[in-house]
Amino acid sequence: MAKIRGIVTIEQERCKGCGVCVEACPSQVLELAFEVNGKGYHYAKMANPDACTGCTSCALVCPDSCITVYRQKDSDD
Amino acid sequence: MAAREVARTPENKVYSKPRLLTDAVMHFCPGCSHGTIHKLIAEVIDEMGMEHEAIGISPVGCGVLAYDYIDIDWVEAAHGRAAAVGTAIKRLNPSKLVFTYQGDGDLAAIGTGETIHACNRGENITIIYINNAIYGMTGGQMAPTTLLGQRTATTPQGRDAAQHGYPFKVGDMLAQLDGVCYVTRQSVHTPASVRRAKKALRKAFENSMQQKGLSFVEFVSTCSSGWKMTPVEANRWLAEHMLPVYPLGDIKG
Repeated sequence: MAKIRGIVTIEQERCKGCGVCVEACPSQVLELAFEVNGKGYHYAKMANPDACTGCTSCALVCPDSCITVYRQKDSDD
Repeated sequence: MAAREVARTPENKVYSKPRLLTDAVMHFCPGCSHGTIHKLIAEVIDEMGMEHEAIGISPVGCGVLAYDYIDIDWVEAAHGRAAAVGTAIKRLNPSKLVFTYQGDGDLAAIGTGETIHACNRGENITIIYINNAIYGMTGGQMAPTTLLGQRTATTPQGRDAAQHGYPFKVGDMLAQLDGVCYVTRQSVHTPASVRRAKKALRKAFENSMQQKGLSFVEFVSTCSSGWKMTPVEANRWLAEHMLPVYPLGDIKG
């Protein structure tokens, strides 16, 4: 069966660590990093990338538009 | 075997920062609804192909720097007077997409007169109204839209109806006016609400271009700094306390 997988790119320096994307993700892919960016924010990162389906929920609610979402359909072969 | 990583190629890209948003980092606090609403405006204008026709009028308040973030033409208006300025711009340039972007302190307090009369005249503009129930920029004072019992810098014991009056439901009031063709109340606190809000915004802009009258899009928004909450708590507080007073959906049209 074909499987849809996704991956996100988060602009670390634009992210303000609000955590709205972490809350919006239905697959618990994201979390806030322990490390901070140049402005001192705990930026969002992919903690569980294998669970990402590329649904774009995180990017839709991101107020700083720092999330880019890619989606790919894999066949079994 | 470990799964191959998804390729970050243009054909796999399904969502990214809208083209009309500039690279400037927004001055808004973390998690502020303004950023998401800016993004929707940029997306809708781009999808309608109105990049060179759109003129926004930005107010006094947190939305004041919109000209730095959305790459279209903007005019700054005196506090509360955006609808009056929008009237002039649209009447002189009927082919332009004219919209105002106003907060509740701007629209529902100092600019109430201009707003009501622009609506009553049925100007072919769109009013985007950000209602976060507080004066965010000036430090979290009570706004006309503050909920009963809500604590703010100027109502430390909570808003009391006997002393401060009731939350001002601007959308419901404007829906009574014949010049207004579309009144809707939206929010951007969940992915589903963002999708619905985008459709509402598109409908409002299309109404303006089809000369149907004034369209009024209210966004029930958060102000996590003013409310003294984390952004995630603010989104939950919005769902629990704001939405019962300001229910989402189309009010007219």
